[in-house]
Amino acid sequence: MEFEAVIGLEVHAELSTKTKIYCGCTTEFGGEQNTHCCPVCMGLPGALPVLNKEVVSYAIKAGLALNCEINKETYMARKNYFYPDCPKNYQITQDETPLCSNGYIEIALEDGVKKVGIHRIHIEEDAGKALHREDGTYVDFNRSGVPLIEIVSKPDMRSAQEAKMYLENLKAILQYTEVSDCKMEEGSLRCDANVSIRPKGTSEFGVKTEIKNMNSFKAVEKAIEFEIKRQIEAIKNGEKIVQETRRWDEVKGETIVMRSKEEAHDYRYFPEPDMVYLEVDDKWIENIKASLPELPEMKKARYINEYGLPDYDAGILTSSKALAGYFEETVAKGANPKDASNWIMGEVLRTLNDREMTIEDIKVKPEDLAKLIELINNGTITGTIAKKVFKDMFETGDNPEKIVKEKGMVQISDENAIRDIVNKVLDENPQSVEDFKNGKTKAMGFVVGQVMKASKGKANPQLVNKLVEEELQKR
Amino acid sequence: MHTKTLHEVKELINKKEISCVELTKSTFDRISKVDDKIGAYLQLDEEGALKKAREVDEKIQRGEETSFLAGIPMAIKDNICVEGLKTTCASKILENFVAPYDAHVTKKLKENDAVIIGKLNMDEFAMGSSSENSAFKKVKNPFDLERVPGGSSGGSAAAVAAGEAYYTLGSDTGGSIRQPASLCGVVGLKPTYGRISRYGLVAFASSLDQIGPFTKDVEDCAHVLNVIAGHDSMDSTSAKVEVEDYTKYLNQDIKGMKIGIPKEYFAEGLNPEIRGIIENGIEVLKKLGAEIKEISLPMSKYALAVYYILASSEASSNLARFDGIRYGFRAEDFEDVVDLYVKSRSQGFGDEVKRRIMLGTYALSAGYYDAYYKKALKVRTLIIQEYKKAFEEVDVILTPTSPTVAFKLGEKSNNPLEMYLSDIYTVPINIAGVPAISIPAGFVDGLPVGMQLIGDYFKEGTLLKVSHAFERETEFTKVKPSI
Amino acid sequence: MSVTIKDVEYVAKLARLEFNEEEKQKFTEELNNILGYVEMLQEVDTDGVEISIGAYRVVNALREDEVKPSFDREKMLQNAPDSQDGYVKVPKVIE
Repeated sequence: MEFEAVIGLEVHAELSTKTKIYCGCTTEFGGEQNTHCCPVCMGLPGALPVLNKEVVSYAIKAGLALNCEINKETYMARKNYFYPDCPKNYQITQDETPLCSNGYIEIALEDGVKKVGIHRIHIEEDAGKALHREDGTYVDFNRSGVPLIEIVSKPDMRSAQEAKMYLENLKAILQYTEVSDCKMEEGSLRCDANVSIRPKGTSEFGVKTEIKNMNSFKAVEKAIEFEIKRQIEAIKNGEKIVQETRRWDEVKGETIVMRSKEEAHDYRYFPEPDMVYLEVDDKWIENIKASLPELPEMKKARYINEYGLPDYDAGILTSSKALAGYFEETVAKGANPKDASNWIMGEVLRTLNDREMTIEDIKVKPEDLAKLIELINNGTITGTIAKKVFKDMFETGDNPEKIVKEKGMVQISDENAIRDIVNKVLDENPQSVEDFKNGKTKAMGFVVGQVMKASKGKANPQLVNKLVEEELQKR
Repeated sequence: MHTKTLHEVKELINKKEISCVELTKSTFDRISKVDDKIGAYLQLDEEGALKKAREVDEKIQRGEETSFLAGIPMAIKDNICVEGLKTTCASKILENFVAPYDAHVTKKLKENDAVIIGKLNMDEFAMGSSSENSAFKKVKNPFDLERVPGGSSGGSAAAVAAGEAYYTLGSDTGGSIRQPASLCGVVGLKPTYGRISRYGLVAFASSLDQIGPFTKDVEDCAHVLNVIAGHDSMDSTSAKVEVEDYTKYLNQDIKGMKIGIPKEYFAEGLNPEIRGIIENGIEVLKKLGAEIKEISLPMSKYALAVYYILASSEASSNLARFDGIRYGFRAEDFEDVVDLYVKSRSQGFGDEVKRRIMLGTYALSAGYYDAYYKKALKVRTLIIQEYKKAFEEVDVILTPTSPTVAFKLGEKSNNPLEMYLSDIYTVPINIAGVPAISIPAGFVDGLPVGMQLIGDYFKEGTLLKVSHAFERETEFTKVKPSI
Repeated sequence: MSVTIKDVEYVAKLARLEFNEEEKQKFTEELNNILGYVEMLQEVDTDGVEISIGAYRVVNALREDEVKPSFDREKMLQNAPDSQDGYVKVPKVIE
């Protein structure tokens, strides 16, 4: 029997507000422990929550960017559970009335675009941070009350790959809209996955497991892949899948049971009596709509239509706001969009990947990349040399003209100089001349390569081609 | 001096016949004389109080303008935070909790130079109707030391009745201001929900709790309300309704005002002598020119059931934060963090608190939420609608405050449901969120009986107007306990 | 709906409370009494009735996104039964 996976994701994203969701304490990351706290976010007796307006605006912005309906009347709810990092022992969140619902994200599959549904987006507070040390657990409440949105997808994904694409697109949208900086390493983007399997072609859902503790997109992909395989094997061995929460163990590369359904929480949700109804009017929504930036999908379409970029390239370039910004800046500084795209898709991203860096870390300024492209196009340097120049630029951040000048990398376009090199090479390779005369045109390529090598890559390739052919014909 | 009202001592201060320091010292003398018997105070701050009194005296000497409340000794129920003083809620779990901030009302009182002399005893976490649920000591009724002062703000009521403070603050979730005011023969006002900020009031049931004053007469009540009422940006449920000068409602004519008498509040279960006193009160108002109208509030009979579900459910969540982690009592000898929670809470909370947490947790738990909590929220809507409709016809609704006079200590403590019935006339008002006042209306065998006047939303002024007219006519507030 | 000792045990666990057998028995009876009393709500017809969150309708009590000074750590931790290095300390939690 063939199985298919059913995957839903729950993503928590920290919002980019200056203050916490229910009090005026700063959300700044990295303060000394328990110094960004007050009676409200420490859950002191008598303290009361007051909702940060900006939190609502950001959540609406995310909702609009993710094609959601905005629910105009909502209220907050309490989710009750005891945990040392949860100061009130309940979390103020939304339950029956999420702020946004019924949206979607598009992902590009080989056989076309797929819409992955978004079930709901709601606002809530983060918990504190518990550090587990040998002699006890130490709690820091600086993060307690930091605003989050929880984005719950529909169970629309069918593979780990799709889940990863969904996450990548979601991250790009949240960054484009500046709703969240989505820094996984600072905990501002977190993801849990619900995974089940079913015989392919059926529509009923299987028993699902929830996977937690995945600290990178790669971990999400690996954990889901593992879990799908584990469930299929279990079914094939005649075992039953149990509804449970499992944690991803990065080192072991497997998911491990955390708690079963019997131990599952009874959260006792009820409307938060310390707060009041939240009403969002059309004007508020329209103002946010007007402030929405060009989103990845729109940008991608523009790159394809306006710049004539291939779909794949446009997709990569718009996958992050920073990368798209880099591309657009390079074009703004005079580079032809196709050249700029080729360079970014090629040397730039390859080098960054090799070094495990991102576009935010690059020393090469967009204007210098544009200049480098210009140097190729006006014949100052060859493409081969340009790659070398780029390597230097990447290391030092110097501008290309300086590098070309200092290292004498200017292209040789003097016909006589090149002809001399060609003849020298032909003299040294009589066999190639012979082969050419016997009709083996491949021999010409070899000669061209040797000439380029002899010129240290500086010879104008078109001229080399032309002169090699001329000289061969002469012999 | 201790039998005088707030406005009477204010006049003495204004005439410079007494200084604030002298007044404060005399209050502490009174406390040391009677509080061993009454048990109203859990904590005194003589040093802080005298310092404040001295400051006010200096201000007066310099000829500076001072607030009406300036320099006059008052005290606060121990579930309202005063920075630097303990806020125990009369619970072992908060026995050593020192509040690191001021409640909104405390801030207001301090800004008005009130002399805060201490914190008042109560039922643990404001859960109870007799003040017997204090973890530390029981409060006695100043009119009869063998009887309860009512609850949960028993200390606040008894302190005013016994002359241990010129006015006090309490909190009212289901009758906790009005019922003890009735049983101790003082004036107690529960304002409209949202009229006074709850910031810094340790929550029992967030959607029902409201702070209010205990005073010796209606005039004093207007003065205190003037200071503590108003919007607060730290409390989302605080109303953005303008505060009036409530003293303008004093000394007014009530001719032609419509007073509703809900027949359901005079049904069986009401002590006949109390009924007599309330009927007498109705006659007094009629004589003053008020129009009396019988009305019907049939949903009222469900109010107590709604109350016990909502209040207990909210409490079960509000009291979850008392866990021995960030503050409060932590048990010894625990195995792990869950054991720490269980032992700290089981040893730290008293029986009544546990009972309500259990009821509330049950009502919210999986499978029961719709049948209990949600149902109660819907019936609440119907009760609210009924009150709104009633106030289209009448200005004020008149009822008894409590079905009985002060009962003996221990008399009801073994039967929770019977104890809960003490609140039968006061609870519907919290469900609806309207304001209500209890004023002294007579005595049965030397024990005070209170009359409850209920007003429309934010119509505290109307309540004060009718109450003051009644007070001028009857002078029951002048009767003091012999202690 | 009748509450059993098992229900009491379950609810106690949720509420982080513990009781001896005698107390469990007592709470079972008391909860049954109180729930028996509130059963009267079932006779009220609430079809189509909206829930009331709070006594009257209030909307949008919102705060501007402006930073206010936080409290001194010392003050925030002054009541903590156990704190160390500026952290609140609890027995080790095993995840």
